Formats: sequence, structure tokens, C-alpha cells
Amino acid sequence: MSEIAATNHPTHLQHHFSEMAQQNDSAKLGMWIFLLTEILTFGGLFVAYAVYRAWNPDMFLMAHKALDVQMGALNTVVLILSSVTMALGIRAIQLDNPKQSVRFLVITIGFAVMFLVVKYFEYAHKFHVGQLPGKFYTYTGIEGTNPHIFFSIYFMMTGLHALHILIGIGLLSWVIRKTRQNIFSSQYYAPVENVGLFWHLVDMIWIFLFPLFYLIG
Amino acid sequence: MSVNKESFLPEPNFLTSPKGLKSWLLTLDHKRIGLMYLFAIMFFFMIGGIFAVLIRLELLQIGETIMSADTYNRMFTLHGAIMIFLFIIPAIPAAMGNIMLPIMLGAKDVAFPRLNLASWYIYIGGSLFAIYSMAHGAVDTGWTFYTPYSTSTNGAVISMTLGVFIIGFSSILTGLNFIVTIHKLRLPGMTWFKMPLFIWGLYATAIIQVLATPVLAITLILLILERTLGIGIFDPAMGGDPVLFQHFFWFYSHPAVYIMILPGMGIISEMVAVFSHKRIFGYKAIAFSSLGIAFLSFLVWGHHMFTSGQSEYAAMIFSFLTFMVGIPSGIKTFNWLATLFRGSITFEAPMLYVFAFLFLFTIGGLTGIFLGALPVDIHLHDTYFVVAHFHYVMMGGTVMAFLGGIHYWWPKIWGRMYSEAWARVAWVLIFVGFNMTFFTQFLLGTKGMPRRYFDYLPQFEGMHGFSSVGSLVLGAGFIVMAFYLIHAIFKGRLAGDNPWGALTLEWQTSSPPPPENFLKDPVFTHGPYDYDTVDVQRTV
Repeated sequence: MSEIAATNHPTHLQHHFSEMAQQNDSAKLGMWIFLLTEILTFGGLFVAYAVYRAWNPDMFLMAHKALDVQMGALNTVVLILSSVTMALGIRAIQLDNPKQSVRFLVITIGFAVMFLVVKYFEYAHKFHVGQLPGKFYTYTGIEGTNPHIFFSIYFMMTGLHALHILIGIGLLSWVIRKTRQNIFSSQYYAPVENVGLFWHLVDMIWIFLFPLFYLIG
Repeated sequence: MSVNKESFLPEPNFLTSPKGLKSWLLTLDHKRIGLMYLFAIMFFFMIGGIFAVLIRLELLQIGETIMSADTYNRMFTLHGAIMIFLFIIPAIPAAMGNIMLPIMLGAKDVAFPRLNLASWYIYIGGSLFAIYSMAHGAVDTGWTFYTPYSTSTNGAVISMTLGVFIIGFSSILTGLNFIVTIHKLRLPGMTWFKMPLFIWGLYATAIIQVLATPVLAITLILLILERTLGIGIFDPAMGGDPVLFQHFFWFYSHPAVYIMILPGMGIISEMVAVFSHKRIFGYKAIAFSSLGIAFLSFLVWGHHMFTSGQSEYAAMIFSFLTFMVGIPSGIKTFNWLATLFRGSITFEAPMLYVFAFLFLFTIGGLTGIFLGALPVDIHLHDTYFVVAHFHYVMMGGTVMAFLGGIHYWWPKIWGRMYSEAWARVAWVLIFVGFNMTFFTQFLLGTKGMPRRYFDYLPQFEGMHGFSSVGSLVLGAGFIVMAFYLIHAIFKGRLAGDNPWGALTLEWQTSSPPPPENFLKDPVFTHGPYDYDTVDVQRTV
């Protein structure tokens, strides 16, 4: 809608806002509310996890040993590093350095892809041995009742999380393109910051998933 | 009606500038998006209404009357699902709220106009899935989609739930947009406690939309995965728990009831002050009770599950919290009554709906207290008493407020007045028809008639017949309304800027408003209800 900008208006000020600060505040508030909806979406699954864990503590103990702690830990490190580069990318654009910003955002995407590659190997192994959700579960090495429930919840939660990583890669690519076109600057970087907020939330969710599935027994 | 037939609407107005279908389909103007929502919503209201009349015709007599039992099951499911998800949830926020909220705040648009348009397309996209489901075997689970039946029955459950899932996003986006707009785009000088109460209603609604709807989304995804992949989470044979589905479902769907009623209460607050020509009584109490209801709405879902086998202690707490909802609701009702007291009341069509609302919602609310009481609920659970209760709240409450809002803002949206005489005829038909239909169902329920049954015992035939006749009277009222409202769009006399002599900002711009709402930037000079200090003239 920047084409509606009237005389003396900053280029990226939309017609219904009176100044940039108002527009930026609105964009950020909107993003925070959106993140709230994300938390509640995952919240349903966290509740399911808590309920079934409370009902089947032994089975959860046995089943969680089937997960590879080293791979999970590696992915945790990867995602934390990606959050660092994301933050550095935002910092760079705030200092009017689009080239550096692009470099950091590309590295962020690199970490995201790395996460998905590690996740692929984990998933592939589980598909191979039949540690799968619900009625597709064929593995026999885990004691306790209904171990498929553990893997139903595991795949639901990590799958939805991986989907968010993919969406994040898409958003980052979009921001990189716009940054290369010199759309963003120290005057106008709200979309970069918002994608950053989204990315940090996706990392945060993994920070909870990792101990809940891989660590606590 | 044809006094001013030759006269023209003020120009420019959002209806005609710019012109062309494309300018509508790609519009970012909140008024046009709201109007497109209104058309879509009224379409589904008509479809849901036709299903309702067909259900009542089937129940006119004992035995099979016009449809088979299987068709009947699909019919009441579709009636419920359409009315809830496609009509009543978006009705007031997405249609009326979209059109009025920015104008009432003195803003040019909502905070995120493109997101607003996207939400309309998402709604339409979701509704296409629902229509696809209807064309491919439909759903016979009831609108609640309870497992395990919903995971095992034949029929197009997946497309229907996917449709509801998608529509949920349109609801979230509308709520998100409204919260940011209210926070950031108020006219300078309009502090929180100088906002119209309709805005407070929409704000409380938006909070629920944003917080509750994602839980429905994940629940429906789990249901779809349960049906397609058999993940076992809701399947007792695989160690899952169907009652967990009920918890998840009602964690959204009970707050959703307040998504439906809170904006309606906001409309009532506007109209009761305007047509009493008096300052609203207890402004802050009404504003805070909206937030109070929104808060409590998240803590009472278990009262839908008193007979599900949940823990007795949980049931007691849910029952207690349910009674608590009566407090903010009562605060609102008494404040409205106090506003009427010694007001100079006039009885235009919107005010008639205020009285209908006060009368019917009170009955609906009080019977809700009956149902929140554990021992009474055991007797009345899943009977027609419940059906009557929620129709008194949802139709007697929300729909009456919605219709009042339609009559109140119709001249603002179209710039033309409807026939007051025909509006009265329609109101009488709707009010009488509604009570014939649903009060009878309170009696049926207390005598033990279960809800959703295709057939009934001979002793219920008289009351069922009476209720069915009532639904025809009700339907006739809506048909009359459709005629005079549509007639008004083309042939009504000009309304002028402020036909009711109201003080909120939407009445200070032309009818219909120009594309960016105000030709001249509005200035905040008085509160929304300062009838004691501001002299305002009616333009009709």
C-alpha cells in the first residue's frame, strides 16, 4: 500500500497511520498477539503430553530411551545459534548495514536447514524400525502399555514444530529478498524484527520439546 | 417511502467509489470487507434457517414426516455447525464490527487492512470445504464432533472439520486486528474509558478469539489425524481418551459462546443509551464486566461435561464458577435497566430489539444457572431444556442484538431508511414466533424429551406441533425483514448523517461514509454518551 503515500509521508507509512512509530508499534503488537496464538496451538499438545505422561509414567520412561539424545542436543545447539544469527541480522539492519544483515539471515537459514537434516535422520530411523504413531506402530522393543501413544505425541509435536521451521525458512527468504532490494533500513525494519520474533518463538518451543521428550525419564 | 426518491446519496461514499467488481474483491476498505462478510454471513444464516425449519417440520408429527432418520441427523448437525461456525461467531465482530469499529474510534481503517481482506477469503475458503462436505454425504455427529463417533461414522467429517479449522483462522485474524486497532488507532483524546461500549465488547471478544480458537484448531487437527492415521489419542482401544476430546473441544467452545454474546451486549449498550436519550448507567461496570465474562469464560468448560465421568470435585468447581458468570451478566442487565429508568425512551425498531434482548436473554441466562447446578443438570442434560436454553441465549440474545444492530446501522451503511411500520410487523412475528418455538421446548425438556431425537412419544405431540408452528411464524418474520431491508437499500428515503441523534463518531460522518471514513479529520469533543451536556439533532 506504499503507493498511497501522500506528500511528506515516509515511503513505508501506510495511509491509515499518522506516523511511523504508530505503524511499527502496531506491527509489533500484532506479532506478539500472533505468537500468543502459536503458544496456545502448541499448548493443546503440551496438555496432551502431560495427560498421557501422567497416566503412563512407566511407558514414557521406557519409550523416551528410543530417542537419540545426542541428535536432540545437536539440534538444540543449532537452533540456539540460529537465534543468535537472527538477532545479529536484525542488529545489522538497525545499523543500516543491509549486506551484513543478509549474511546473517542466510546463515540463519543454513542452521534451519541443518536442523531439518538432523531431524530427517531421526525420523528416517524411526520409520525404519517402526516407532511410529498409533496404528502404524510396529516396534516391539519397548515395554509398557500403548507405547504408540508416546510416538503419536512425539511426531505430532516435533512435526508441527518442523512445519514451523519450514515456514520460518520461507519468511527468512522473503526478508532476505526485500533486504537485497534495499526496502529495509534503520527507519523501517519492523518486518525483519517480526520474522525474528517468530523465529525465536520456534526456537523456544524446541527448548521445551527437547527436555520433555529426550531428557526427563 | 418515496418522498426523497429522486435525491442522491452523498458523494464520495464507500459504496460507489471506486466502482466495479474488482474494486470490491480486492478492497482494503474495512467497510467493504465488513459488508462482504455480512452478505456471506446472511447467506449462511438463510441456509441454517432453512435447515431449522426442515427439522421442525420433521418433528411436526410422530414418525417419519418429511425425511428419514439419517437425513434428520445430518440436518441438525448442519444446522448447528452452520449457525455456530459460519453465522453467529463471525456475525457481529467480522461483519458489524468490521464496518463500525474503525469509524467509532475515529480511525481511517483497521490496523492491518490486508490481513482483514485475507480473513474474508479464508472464511470463504473454509465455507467451501463445509459446502463440499454437505454435497458429499455431510456429517451426522452433531456440531460438537464428539469422538469416538466422529472418528468412526461414515460421511464427510474430514472436509467439515477442515472447513471449521480454516474458518477459525479468519476468526483469529479478525480478533488480532481489532485488538491492535483498539490499542493503537484511537482518535487522540479518546481514552480507554471514553470508547463506546460496543468497542469494549469487541475488545473482550477479540481476546477470546485469539486465545481460544487456536485450541480448537489443534483439536480438530488431532481429530482429523485420528480419523486418517489412527494416532489413537482419542481412541480408548489404543489407550487414548475420548473425554480428552470433550475437554479440548469445550475449552474452545465454551469461550466461543461468549465470542457470540459479548459483541451483542456491546450493541445493546449503544442502543439502550441512544434510544433512552440518556447517559449510559454504570459505564465502567459494563466495560469491566465484559472483561470479567471473557476471563471467566475460560474456566467453566467442564459444565458441558457433568455427565461425562469427569471428577466430582472438578464438577463442583466448574459448577461454582458457572454461577460466577451470572454476576457480570447481571451487572450488565441491571445497568441497562437503570439506563432506561427516567430516560425519554422512544420505540424505534432498534429499541424494540433491545427490549426483546433484555426479556429473552434474562430467561436464557437464568436457565443457564439451572443447568450449571449439578443435580438439576443430571436431570436436564441432553434434553430439550438445553436446546431451549441456548436458543434463548444465542438467538434471544445474540441474534436479537445483531438484528437490532442491523436496524440501527442500516441507515448509516446504505444512507437510506427502512419502513418503520414493516419493521414492527417483522419484530412482532419474530418475537412471538421465537417464544412459541422455544419456550415450548423448556416444557418438553423438563418432561424428559431428549434432544436430537428423530421421533418422540405420543404425549409430546401437542408441544412439538406447537413449537413447529412457532418456527414457521419466526421464519415469516425473517422473510418480511429481508424484503423491507433490501427495499430500503434501493428505495428508502435518505437517512441523513444522524437519524437517531446519537453521539458516537460514526454518526458524525456522512451516510454512507466516504472511503476513509471522514472527509475532514474528526476531533474528539465529547464522550459517547454525553446526552446531558451535548445537544444533538436528528436528521430525519
